[in-house]
This record gives sequence, structure tokens and C-alpha cells, in this order.
Amino acid sequence: MNHESVDVVVIGAGAAGMAAATRMAGLGLQVVLLDEQGSPGGQIYRGITLAPLSRRDLLGPDYAHGNQLAQALTSSSVRYEKGASVWQVTRDHQVSYLREGHLYTLDAKAVLLATGAMERPFPIVGWTLPGVMSAGAAQILLKSSGLAPSEPLVLAGCGPLLYLLGWQYLRAGVTIKALVDTTRPEDYWRARRHLLTALRAWPYLRKGLELMRSLRSAGIAQFTGAEQLAVEGEEEAQALTFSVSGKAHRIATRCVLLHQGVVPNIQFSQALRARHVWDLDQLCFRPVTDPWGELDVPGVYIAGDGAGIGGAQAAAVQGQLAALGIAARLMTIGTAERDEQARPLRVQLESSLRIRPFLDALYQPKEQNRIPADEVMVCRCEEVTAGELRSFVALGCAGPNQAKSFGRCGMGPCQGRMCGLTVTEVIAKARGVSADEVGYYRIRPPIKPITLGELAGE
Amino acid sequence: MRTDPLFQPVVSEARATRSVSLTFNDQPLTVPAGISVAAALLMSGISRFRATPVSESPRAPYCMMGVCFECLVDIDGVPNRQSCLIEVADNMRIRSQEGARDLICQPMNVRTVEVQS
Amino acid sequence: MNEPRKRQADVLVIGGGIHGLSTALYLAQAGVKVIVLEAEYCGRHASGVNAGGVRTLGRHLAEIPLALASRDLWHSLKNTLGDDGGFVPSGQLKLAETLAELEECRRRVEQLQASGFDHEVLVDQHQVFDILPTVARHVTGGIWVKDDGYAVPYKTVTAFRLAAEHSGVQIHENTPAQQIDQTGTQWRVSTPTGSFSAEHLVVTAGAWAGGLAMQIGEPVPVHPEGLMLMVTHRVASFCAPVLGATGRALSFKQFANGTVVIGGKLIGSLDFLARHGEVNMELLGRSARTVTDLFPHLKHLGVNRVWAGVEAFTADDLPVIGASRKVSNLSYSFGFCGSGFQMGPGTGKRLAQLILGEHSDISLEPFAIDRFNSPPRESAASFQSATPTP
Repeated sequence: MNHESVDVVVIGAGAAGMAAATRMAGLGLQVVLLDEQGSPGGQIYRGITLAPLSRRDLLGPDYAHGNQLAQALTSSSVRYEKGASVWQVTRDHQVSYLREGHLYTLDAKAVLLATGAMERPFPIVGWTLPGVMSAGAAQILLKSSGLAPSEPLVLAGCGPLLYLLGWQYLRAGVTIKALVDTTRPEDYWRARRHLLTALRAWPYLRKGLELMRSLRSAGIAQFTGAEQLAVEGEEEAQALTFSVSGKAHRIATRCVLLHQGVVPNIQFSQALRARHVWDLDQLCFRPVTDPWGELDVPGVYIAGDGAGIGGAQAAAVQGQLAALGIAARLMTIGTAERDEQARPLRVQLESSLRIRPFLDALYQPKEQNRIPADEVMVCRCEEVTAGELRSFVALGCAGPNQAKSFGRCGMGPCQGRMCGLTVTEVIAKARGVSADEVGYYRIRPPIKPITLGELAGE
Repeated sequence: MRTDPLFQPVVSEARATRSVSLTFNDQPLTVPAGISVAAALLMSGISRFRATPVSESPRAPYCMMGVCFECLVDIDGVPNRQSCLIEVADNMRIRSQEGARDLICQPMNVRTVEVQS
Repeated sequence: MNEPRKRQADVLVIGGGIHGLSTALYLAQAGVKVIVLEAEYCGRHASGVNAGGVRTLGRHLAEIPLALASRDLWHSLKNTLGDDGGFVPSGQLKLAETLAELEECRRRVEQLQASGFDHEVLVDQHQVFDILPTVARHVTGGIWVKDDGYAVPYKTVTAFRLAAEHSGVQIHENTPAQQIDQTGTQWRVSTPTGSFSAEHLVVTAGAWAGGLAMQIGEPVPVHPEGLMLMVTHRVASFCAPVLGATGRALSFKQFANGTVVIGGKLIGSLDFLARHGEVNMELLGRSARTVTDLFPHLKHLGVNRVWAGVEAFTADDLPVIGASRKVSNLSYSFGFCGSGFQMGPGTGKRLAQLILGEHSDISLEPFAIDRFNSPPRESAASFQSATPTP
């Protein structure tokens, strides 16, 4: 077992991770940045350093911006280890990872989790069929491999990423058969109280409006207020069915791209037993942090979408704030200097987060797409339906961990990533209590898979 | 089973990358270098990556970022590899996983041992 | 909402694991009014997160009569509870990897037979390969117990809980017992949601029992540890029996769903206050090595989860079962040193018999709570298991 002492370990080379690592290195700290991908960028800036110019152009200016972060990282003294799969972070700052078949452990003075977000699960009938993917997945195929659907596809759900992907596909000449939006008039009504704040984020709002306008004028079949979404098919997706105002629709397609927002990836923060709260606006768990991103586990910080969804720009700022917090903790800079350097960052952060309340309210995922009907598969790995989960609750399984032990729900390879939120909400609803009271799965290492041979040191 | 590929290269991109030769269930495929195994399979007409251990239902990638664990394939004899996180390489032998993976056991020569009862 | 009447019982049981629930069940079946107080949820700790082994193999001599009685109950669990808790009578096999280890096994079987126990049978190499064709060829033989097996811990606990509730036992979860005291003929247990009373008190609180015993001035040399286990991804069926080893720590079984659970008294670290066991990576490597030595083809098998459960260990590796030696109307059942799961059904029944004043052929003397204060008794110390019990 190789043990090595370093100042700081940063996990995740996305917007937050790159910005934080670069800043800390600039302050003189010895930083190791670990990322499981083969190149930096996380998900938002996936493949940024390898994308040909034409692809960067296609994906838009926000994506291209990521290149600056990547270049700053490369010219810094950060020790960036790609292809590193972190499988454990302990409360006393030990980070164990797997790289090229070998195990390594770093003993750090501070750890920064920057593992970002993941797509919120979209449990509907047929969502496990081949041909059904998240919009984010399709965007990753575009970013990292330059691939797009070869047949007319359907975009379904709600949220900025869905529309952004549609816009990127239009620019790439990809045929979108339909945009099936679950947004309803009630959502606009709910979002209205944030409109003034959203208007103060006019540049972002304008970009969004232009994007929507391009989609509308492209002649794609568009539906809003869609309900009862289901994917039809035996061995693979064949059609998306839904209803609007009671009228049934069916759109034949082999490619259904679902999206209803992203949620923090809380595997590491939960495994560390950090305190989390159920965010009532974003309808997900997020870790509780201080203004520098420190968890209630001393010396462990979190920045970026993993702390709560804020987007790439906010993530980069949070990364820098965490960098300052860590530098002060390790006494590389004093608290006065830390606060001084943080001042402009806090202004930037407030500005980048300004649009969020409006977006969260407008694109809140619908309950029927979060707390599904009995027949819908909730745990994809172990194939447990919502109905079966409810039957466990009826037998006295009051929380996700009991459901896991009793019916294998959440015991599969994905370790609850695809079902955790759904399970919490299904149980909360069945019991008539809050999601906070129900809690989340108890997460244990390995956070990423490791084989017996690798553990044995073979 | 190969079908019409669900994904294809975006037309606007110049096709200058070099190619990689590999096999999927013994079928030879030629794919662009630098992409993930999952992307390579999707663009080659493979829409079903595996059958689940519980009910042998067909599955294919869902998230493309290492979260869903649906893209699991056997690569060069090692099972349960997340193909969306692995870059294609020449002569890779990829196999789909049918149910719970059967790990091959190779019994070695037996040394007979007598037991005194 | 909680009227005084509902907080009054004949017997209060502190601890909703398998021992508390089985004791409660057997008492309730005899018409006793029982309330179980559980700090978190039934099966949250040792009873719900252990490796699932239902094992009489390798037991301390003093434990064997109770373990054998419990074994019979496992085989008829479906009748008792209406649910078998996932019990599979797969047999258990303790592997010897060298000739010296095989000799050790032979001596063990001989000594058991001398004491009148024939459940452990010596097997040779070929017999091992018959039972377990996939094991590495350096194995020399071992000990085989055909009526042992494994169950699914949380399912078993749930089955006991549902059967107990069906028999009229009231279970209060999220109700930690804070203070216990006896006034006259009544025990009173204080919890954050109020007090409960009963004439008789049973402490089956696992790693937290020692603290309760201390409250009434009956200290016990018991300490908690975090025992580590690993569970793998699913793999096609290759191992039917539960396995142990002679020369190194191992507990190994493949469940019906194809996953493999690996343990072996691996002690991780423990945050007792947080009621949480932590994983020690270095020890895991050793455990993984043991597995790949015995099953080389498993080197590519992925580990899905590693955890550590909180278990109570006593100074002499034997549990504490029986009446308090200090005060009246108090019974204990705890400190099973990581081997308590199999003992659950039998111990619960035996303890219920004790409380009801019924006769039993099984003596609880070896498990007396005050044994640590006096010179070691013959029956407890005469035979020590020569190998680490899996």
C-alpha cells in the first residue's frame, strides 16, 4: 500500500476542481487533483481539451469558456492525475484511489470534494429500455465523441440542459422529432416571485429566451404540460407516449432523451457522514457547509454542484472560495488576507446564482416523475418497482436502509445513485413524513468499484 | 445483435482521427480512436449491451458518465467494466454480459493428500 | 397519546435485535405481555449487518449445546415465524490449507467426539473438491457440518419482528433506553419519549448492554468493536456451502442472488458515540488476498460495499446469558463476540424459559455474568477453540 503525505487533495477536475486546484497551487500549496476521466473538464466541460474547433463552436460559448480553466490548470504546479478512480475518503483525510490497476493512498491536510452533479433520475414506465438516455448522456456523447442520434429523437422533460441540447442539435443538423415539455402554467405562476431577481440576471435570461426562440422557430413538434410520460417497447424504445390536457399522444422513436434537472452527487459527502439537508426548492439532499464550503467534517470541503446546483460559473467561484478557506486553514495565508481575496469572489458568486431561484421554481420536477406509480422500476440495478418498495414500507421498513436490507433496493452496482432520491421520496410520501426525516441511504466505500485482485494488491 | 446505429458522427466534424480495430462478441468493428467503448458500440449499431442478472432484461447506457452502471461490459476477460469511462484500444475484445457474469475457473493439478481418520 | 397503561408490561426488553426479538416472541407465545424498546430500528446493528452465517462449526465447547438447540429452530423457522428469513441449509466447510492445519482439524473433531458431539466431521481433500469443485488445489481437507448454513440477517430480524408483533409484542423503535432503575417490584426504563415499566427487565442491547449493566452496579468486561465485511457484485453460482479457514481469518459465502459476502473477525475502527464502524483498508487487502488465494478466478470480481458493524466482545469470547447476579427480575443476553446471529433463536427460547421458570437441559452457567470475578470454571475454559472462529 503506497502512502504519501500531501497538502491538499482535490477530487474532480470539473469547473470547481480545476479552479480550486489552480488557485491553491498559486498560493503555494502542494495540490494533487484526482479525476477518473482521461482529460479535465468534469461533465459541463467534458472533453474540452480534446474537442476540435468545430465542435466547440457547435456547443456554444459557455462550453468553450472551460478551456481557460483547463489551460490555467495545465500551467499550474498542480499534480493532476487522470484516470484516478477514488474509492474512499476518510474523515481524517485519507484518500484512497485506484489508478492503472494499482492502489494508492494520500494522507492530506485537507480534502476538497468537487465531484459535481448528476442527472436526476426520471423513473417512468420503460425508462430502463435501450434507447432511453438522459439528455446529459446525449450531450456527453456530443462533447466527448462528436456523436448525435442518427434518427429523429424525442426530448422530454424540463430544464435548461434539455433546451440547450436541443439548440446544439439544431446547430449540428440533427433532426428532433418532438420536444415534450412537462412545464405547466402553474410552474410559471410559482416562478413569478423570483422574476425580478431573474431579470437582474438578464444576460442569462436573454440567452435562455433566444435559445427557446430558436427551438420554437425550428418547426419541431412541441408539447407543453405533458403528463403520464411512458416509453413503449419490448427490447428497446419504440415510442414515447404521454398526455396533454387529457389527450393521449404517441410519438414513434428509438431515441428518447429524458431530463428533469441535475442533483448534487452526494456519494462522498454521505459516506463521510456529513450533515445533509433536504433542499425544498431543488428537491434533493445537499451537504451543509460553512461559507468556505467546509462540511461538518473538519478539513473536508466541497465546492461546485455537489454542494447544491448552481451551474459552472458558480462552481468555479466556489472552488476559489474553498481554495482560500483551505489556504487559511493550513495557515498559508491569514484570515484577513483570505477575506480580502474572497470579497470580489462573493460578489461574483451572488451574481452567478441570481438566476437559480427562478429556474428551480420554473423547472421543478413533477411529482409523478419523482414518485412514480407502482409498476415503475425504481431500483434499476436490482429491478425493484415502486409498488414493491411501498410493500416494504407497509411491512415496517421505515427508511431507505431498511428497504435496502429487506429487498435489495439500492444494493446494486450503482450504489443507490439512480434510485436514492426516488426511494427517499416514495417512502416519505407513503409514511406521510418529510424527506429529511426519512433520510438517505447509508453510503459506504468503495465509492467506485474495486476488484478483489486490486484490493489484494495483485 | 446489430441494428442501425442509434448514434452517428455529427456531420459538421472533419473525420481526421485515426481508427481502432476491436471486436464485440467476436464481431470485428472499426471505430475512431479517442472515444469511449460505450460510444464506439453505440455508433456501431449495438443497442443492447447486456442482460440484467435479475431478469435478463436488455440494458444499454443511460448516463454516459459512470453513474448508472448500465454500460457494463466484459473487456479482455475482465467483467463489469464501465464502458463509458474506458477509451477504445486496438485489439480490445469486448463481450456483452448475459446475466450474472460467469468467471472462468481453472482448476490446477491436484496433489493427493491422505487423511488419517 | 401514550396512556400509562400502554407503557406497562410484564416484561420490558431493551434491544430489538435477534436476541431481544426472539426472547420477546417466546415470552409472548406463553401469554406474557412484552414491550421491546429499540434505540434505532430493529436489526440496525449486529443482527442486521452480520455475515449471515448460521454456524455451529468451530464453536466454543461451552456454547455447543445452545448452538445445537438453536440450529434445530433455524431448520423449522418457517413454521415458527411463517418466514424462513432466507435460511439455506447449505452446510459449512472449514478449509485446511496445509497438512498441519488438517491435523489441527483432526484433533478438534476428535476432542468434540470425546465430548459426545458429532456434528463436525473431518473431510479429506477429495471430499472437499466434491463439495466445492472451484476451490484452489492446495487445500488439504477440512471440517464439514452439513446442517449449518446461512440466512439473510435483516430478513430474519424482520421475520422475528413481525411474528413477535403478531403475538402481541409491542415494539417501540427510535426509543433508546437511557436510565434503568428498580423500585420495589417494578423496573422503570426512561427514554426520550417517557418511561416504561415492567416487573421483569431483559437487556439484549448488544454493544450497549455493558453500559446498562454498569448502571445497576453489575460491571462486565465487554467492549465494542467494528467488524468489517465486504459484499461483491453478483457472479454466477460457484460456491454452495459457507466457508471458513483454519490458518487465517475467513468467513465466506455466496448468496442465492450470486453476491459473495466476505468477513472473518476483521476488526476495523469504531466511532462508538456515533454508533458507526469504520473500514480499515489494510486489513481488507489481507482479506481479499485470502479469497484470491482460495479462488484465483475471483480476482476480477468487484467489491460493491464494505462496512463495519458494531459488535460486543467479552473478555473470554463467551456471551453473557442469564439472570442478573446482583438484582432480582433482570436477565441478560449479549456479548456474542461476532457469533451471535446463529444463537438468536435458541438463546431467546432458553432465556424465555428461564424467565418463565421452566426447566431446560441446557445450563446457562458458562454464560453467567459474574464469572469474570471468580476463577475460571471448568466447563468454560477447558476447551479453547484453537483457531480464530470465523
